[in-house]
Amino acid sequence: MTNELYVTSSPHIHSSKTTRAIMLDVLIALAPAAAVSVVLFGARALLLEVFCVALCVALEALWCRLRRIPVTVGDLSAAVTGLLLAFNLPAGLPLWQAAVGCAVAIIVVKMLFGGIGCNFVNPALAGRVVMAVSFAGTMTEYAYPATAEGLVASATPLGIIKDGGSVDALTLFLGNHGGVLGEVSCAAILAGGIYLVARRVIKPVTPVVFILGEILFAALFGCPHPIEAALSGGLFLGAVFMATDYVTTPYTDLGKAVFGLGCGLITALIRTFANSTEGVSYSILLMNLAVPYINDLCRRRPFGKEAGK
Amino acid sequence: MGKYIKTRRVRGIRVPHNKGTKDCATRGLISPPFVVLPMSQHIGAPATPCVKKGDRVFVGTVVGRANGFVSADVHSSVSGTVREVSPFLMPNGARSEAVVIDSDGEFTPEPALRAPEVETAEQLSQAVAASGIVGLGGAGFPTHVKLSPPKNCVIDTLIINGAECEPYITSDFRGIVEEPESIVEGIKLVKRLLRIPRAVIALEDNKPEAAEILRPLLKESGIELLMLPTSYPQGAEKVLIANVTGRAVPVGKLPADAGVVVLNVGTVASIHKYIKTGMPLVSKRVTVDGDAVSEPCNIFVPVGTPVSFLIECCGGYKAPPKKLIMGGPMMGVALYSGDYPVQKNTNAILALSQIELTGTNACIRCARCVDACTMRLSPVEIQTMYETGDLEGANALSVMSCVECGCCTYACPAKRPITQIMRLAKLGIRKAGIK
Repeated sequence: MTNELYVTSSPHIHSSKTTRAIMLDVLIALAPAAAVSVVLFGARALLLEVFCVALCVALEALWCRLRRIPVTVGDLSAAVTGLLLAFNLPAGLPLWQAAVGCAVAIIVVKMLFGGIGCNFVNPALAGRVVMAVSFAGTMTEYAYPATAEGLVASATPLGIIKDGGSVDALTLFLGNHGGVLGEVSCAAILAGGIYLVARRVIKPVTPVVFILGEILFAALFGCPHPIEAALSGGLFLGAVFMATDYVTTPYTDLGKAVFGLGCGLITALIRTFANSTEGVSYSILLMNLAVPYINDLCRRRPFGKEAGK
Repeated sequence: MGKYIKTRRVRGIRVPHNKGTKDCATRGLISPPFVVLPMSQHIGAPATPCVKKGDRVFVGTVVGRANGFVSADVHSSVSGTVREVSPFLMPNGARSEAVVIDSDGEFTPEPALRAPEVETAEQLSQAVAASGIVGLGGAGFPTHVKLSPPKNCVIDTLIINGAECEPYITSDFRGIVEEPESIVEGIKLVKRLLRIPRAVIALEDNKPEAAEILRPLLKESGIELLMLPTSYPQGAEKVLIANVTGRAVPVGKLPADAGVVVLNVGTVASIHKYIKTGMPLVSKRVTVDGDAVSEPCNIFVPVGTPVSFLIECCGGYKAPPKKLIMGGPMMGVALYSGDYPVQKNTNAILALSQIELTGTNACIRCARCVDACTMRLSPVEIQTMYETGDLEGANALSVMSCVECGCCTYACPAKRPITQIMRLAKLGIRKAGIK
């Protein structure tokens, strides 16, 4: 009997949390926003979401097969990337264009750098930005829900606010207006975010600092409706689901706060002073690049080490 | 107070308790046919064997002499005849001399044993050195060293560690329930002779029964009882000091540098028993548990008893064991064979029929290890540095402060052996002489 003993280094027990369980929690948290997108934008939204998820998973599996490395799609991270990418697309986007985004996200940004845990920017956001510059026309042909009334039935809230108009905050919060699939309903995104915090998948620090920081800086820069602007565009989607991506954000709470503040500042700068009405993607991508430096500066002081030594 | 480094409370992590043996009264001493007494059952220099084949020994006869100050005597735990003195493979891969004694089953005490005269701190330290007592919480640091703090350190707090934060283990708890007087008398003795103004018994708040038993005995004794939140590793020395006093032990220093001496409840009870009877540390209360054991229990075991014999005394295996652990599941050592003996600092033997070898996945940089790290290090970055051969970088991130509590590995969703990587990094840094 004794010759079958296993000898390993301690500890000999592990928590039940796994990478797959975490990613499954993220997918569950994304479900309310996905449901809202189908209600507002119809079956076409569902088609885009299913297409992007399936293609991202297939591309990763194919890549692993071709490279003869273990197939990693079981960790569900490719599915998360696919759904997040779809959330950044307008409902009417041609499928072949979405496919280009998926390929950039999975092959170029994720797998070429070594797969899960090795990418230095958020794959879904990088895919989105490549599509935004490649397909500038179709990427800004936003769909509008049939139920939307007034100005928001034909223009995005951010555009309206930038042109000096105003939009009802409750409409923005619930999401009955135009935009890309996943960003419209702050309520649905918030529900997902609360679920993730309750399940201890993410910490609230990044989204809270990001959103409050954006409101603060937008007000400082003279935005007439900073709160409505914060409820518009991709701020909630980015703050809750993109700025909390493990791989491309800092390790410590202090680092996460710095990251969130930087994202808020850059978003407000772009929204206020740049030609583009939206700046969430760029702010997160730029801050992704700063993460190694933030990590270096925001480490916890080791136990028993005196301050300043 | 200004000279100490202040620190916030160390929160630790939540692990399953599995303290199923806490209500089981300790069974009487078992009688193994032979005992194996390794000369290295403590931190520091191994003892030197001082008996030879064929020698007649009794319970309490010295069989190994301490080799220097940071070392400890080894005593026979049975009466009988020395079978051999031979090298023995320790679970950590090192070789140590071991004295094997065939027991006559009589447990005749060594006739020369006398209760020592102890009236000063020096006498206490000498007596404890002669008793072979080492830290019974698990680390096995020779206790007389702790009782002789450097002259430049003023000790103002004595902490008695009854946290027992490791899952499964209940031997300290049973010790408190079954012999609280020994513990309290031991504390009074150490407190008086070392002239320590404050003494605190620290328990986790999942042991209210222990607190109920101790409280009446502590009246007018000047000894405080502190209930700390149940978290792992509450009983790790540095964590306990931080959570009782708010002080951090400086990097690379000892508790005395924070003005504290920490002794395990079992250790103070052993000190008291030795001072009263002169009987050295020769038997231990051990928790035997795990799903492969027929009768999980607490049981008195002579030091040196082979684990396989101990398990037989607990009804044997009810399922084939896949893992035998000496100590708790978080910091215990996996044994390569049931031939290995119970040591002085062994507080539990676990036999598990399931192993958690799930395979390792890629690090997703979730930083759960950073949140879990007791010593506030950055394991995620240290592991990358180790894997890329950057030992200097790992050293700069204070990997040498790692206490190997296992929290990082426990928390890791990718099931990476982070604690093992920390150990390897520390070993590499020591070997390379990086300062």
